[in-house]
Amino acid sequence: MTAPRLRTVLAPIVFGIAVVLVWQLLVTAFPAKGSALPAPFTIAGQFAASAGVIVQASLGTAANALVGLVVGTLVAVVLAVLAAAWRPLDELSAPVVTALSVIPIVALAPVFYAMFGASVETGRQMIAAIAVLVPVYVNTLRGLRTVDPLHRDLLRSYAAGRWQTARTVTVPGAVPFLFTGVRIASSLAVISALVAEYFGGPVSGLGKAITSAVSSSNYALAWAFVLGAIVTGLVFYCATALLETLALARLRPTG
Amino acid sequence: MTEIAVHVRGVDKTFRTGRGRTVDALSGIDLEVAAGEFVSLIGPSGCGKSTLMRLIADLDTPTAGELTVFGKTAPRARLDQDYGIAFQKAALLPWRTVRGNIELPMELHGMPRAERRARADELIELVGLGDFADRHPDQLSGGMQQRVAIARAFAEKPRLLLMDEPFGALDEMTRETMQTELARICAETGAAVVFVTHSIPEAVFLSDRVVVMSPRPGRIREILTMDLRGERTEELREDEAFFERVSAVREALHGSPSAGAKGVENR
Amino acid sequence: MMRRLRPILLGIAGVVLVGVAWEVYKALAPDTGVVIAGITVLPRASDLAMPHLGAMLDRALSPVTRAAGSPALWLATLQAASFSFGIAVVGWLVGVVVGIAIAIVMQRFRTAQSALLPWVVLSQTVPLIALAPLVRRIGTQLSTGGFEWQDWMSVALIASYLAFFPVSIGALRGFGSPTAEHLDLMRAYGVGWWRTFLAVRVPASIPFLLPALRLAAVNAVVGTIVAEVSIGLRGGIGRAIVEFAASGSADPAKQWSPIFGAVLMGLAAAGLVALLSLALRRYRRNEVSA
Repeated sequence: MTAPRLRTVLAPIVFGIAVVLVWQLLVTAFPAKGSALPAPFTIAGQFAASAGVIVQASLGTAANALVGLVVGTLVAVVLAVLAAAWRPLDELSAPVVTALSVIPIVALAPVFYAMFGASVETGRQMIAAIAVLVPVYVNTLRGLRTVDPLHRDLLRSYAAGRWQTARTVTVPGAVPFLFTGVRIASSLAVISALVAEYFGGPVSGLGKAITSAVSSSNYALAWAFVLGAIVTGLVFYCATALLETLALARLRPTG
Repeated sequence: MTEIAVHVRGVDKTFRTGRGRTVDALSGIDLEVAAGEFVSLIGPSGCGKSTLMRLIADLDTPTAGELTVFGKTAPRARLDQDYGIAFQKAALLPWRTVRGNIELPMELHGMPRAERRARADELIELVGLGDFADRHPDQLSGGMQQRVAIARAFAEKPRLLLMDEPFGALDEMTRETMQTELARICAETGAAVVFVTHSIPEAVFLSDRVVVMSPRPGRIREILTMDLRGERTEELREDEAFFERVSAVREALHGSPSAGAKGVENR
Repeated sequence: MMRRLRPILLGIAGVVLVGVAWEVYKALAPDTGVVIAGITVLPRASDLAMPHLGAMLDRALSPVTRAAGSPALWLATLQAASFSFGIAVVGWLVGVVVGIAIAIVMQRFRTAQSALLPWVVLSQTVPLIALAPLVRRIGTQLSTGGFEWQDWMSVALIASYLAFFPVSIGALRGFGSPTAEHLDLMRAYGVGWWRTFLAVRVPASIPFLLPALRLAAVNAVVGTIVAEVSIGLRGGIGRAIVEFAASGSADPAKQWSPIFGAVLMGLAAAGLVALLSLALRRYRRNEVSA
């Protein structure tokens, strides 16, 4: 490995380790009883000790995020296909989608609990679904719209029908965009599912776990749950990124 | 004794590729450009002509040999702003108007506003863009953008002009017009020019001397004197002597069979 | 004239359609919603779960509480929204400044970029907002001497945290966008790093920075609201949302006012960045290659 390559890989790792060590040093040098910022090693220890509970809470949030991701993606794709086919729908929904992309969707969490029931996870899943819907819809629509003019002309010269054109050119061309949208949406799904827990609903999931740990001043545990949330987010992102790479590789084999 | 604008002796340039291999871009280059002389560098892809120009501009350093510009080292010449430069892409700043772009180097070097404006107006007239002074690059055609780039290159009255295929991206008709324009401007300002090109007729039309280069490693194969009398006008392109010179350059390029002149236009 | 109005008219039409869909659903769907295998797939249409739009409006115009001298709900909501919006703006500003500063460091020093960028990218994908409940505690524990850590500062800090990441990445991309020719040109002019940065990199970064600023504004608003909920900040819209929701079974229409307040905040944030975009439109002309 050449020197610059080595630097690109090592630098962030070294930096990360350095931060952790400095943090550990500072906390050990200035111990504050019951501090809300415990030493990283303490947090790691707590994480190991409570692994079972953390995994359970993570699975709770992850399940909601996953449902939201799947439902949101399905609905978004259907809407995008309709909007691409029928211009008036696109024009009507564009402002609504733009508005959705800037408003805090989680603010709707309380009413969703009222609409779907406060003792079930559905409300949170719906919040995640809406959060997912926006990026997937926007990206898929863009993909369906972005047909290479050369390809379009080519199919026209073959007197290909609308359906044929869609099948051979439009849809395959849109798939990469779809996966980009899903990758972006995956983190949003986890974040939304987690944040929705702060607004009420059943006692399950990471958000609830964090708040209860904080209120009982068990800060190391709270941080351990935060670590669990980070890992969950990473898993989702990596999984969807992997999916994206696989899909792209299949569709565009480089000779 | 005529002043020497560019003096190159025994210059080598080796590039190191990622995997520890080396590329000899230039090897043993000897060249002298007199003040006010128009010299073209021509050759197939990989012959090092752009590299040589970049060395003169101090955008890169030679691996060996000596290189002076007006008797100074290349870095010194650059810091003293002894040359103006134009690339194949106009590289205009999209958020500035035509005038703003031409004023850029003067602004950066602290010229007072009134002086800048006056000089910019002069240059805009020189390249014939009087009506477009307040337009932005995205409102101009490719040829016009290059004219702005050339005006900008002349902004601080350089005694040396370095140009790397400035007309490469233009269509043939615009190209010929620009060549005539450039010849006129260079004659008016008396600057020395080092001009990199792919086109034989272009090199012959514009230059006092044409430097023919060959690749792997980049070397000067031959230097031909153009000796074309009179003004560079459209009529020149139809002249006997012009065609003779073009043939001479072509022969020099195609020279030995092993070289294989790829990537050179014979229009 | 029609062309200009068209998007606005369509926007209004879209919103009206949403309202119509709401009432139509209420009219058609059962009060218990559509339940499949024990899961409520479509929402409950009862007046408790989904109040009529008219009821929401009525409630907004009535006083907040039955206490004497209680202001109208819409007014109280507006006040809370403004209060929260102010905090979001502070958070956004801090996030933008820090984000750009870090981007400058990353642009200047390759090693810094290698070390920091992966972490910045990573932090966009993980729910750091999970830290919200902890930030306030850390803040109060850090209060030293005469400086007292206010609750709103925790909220602003979280908002700035969420705003800083997209700005950093967008700014870095923008700073790195000038072409090799532009940079060669500056070098040929004998211009140093900092002046090249100011003359070329900064203006070139505007088209990349603006979408990032928009995202940062949206994130700041979300972060503010969520942080307010975690911290229970008095006078904030987040607290209002949760508080009114708690009395949702008795007063179902009340909780909708702060929700609309939050929606307004998001729109206002995006609107302000759009104004900024308009002011900077000179720098958004795309490069046309010669």
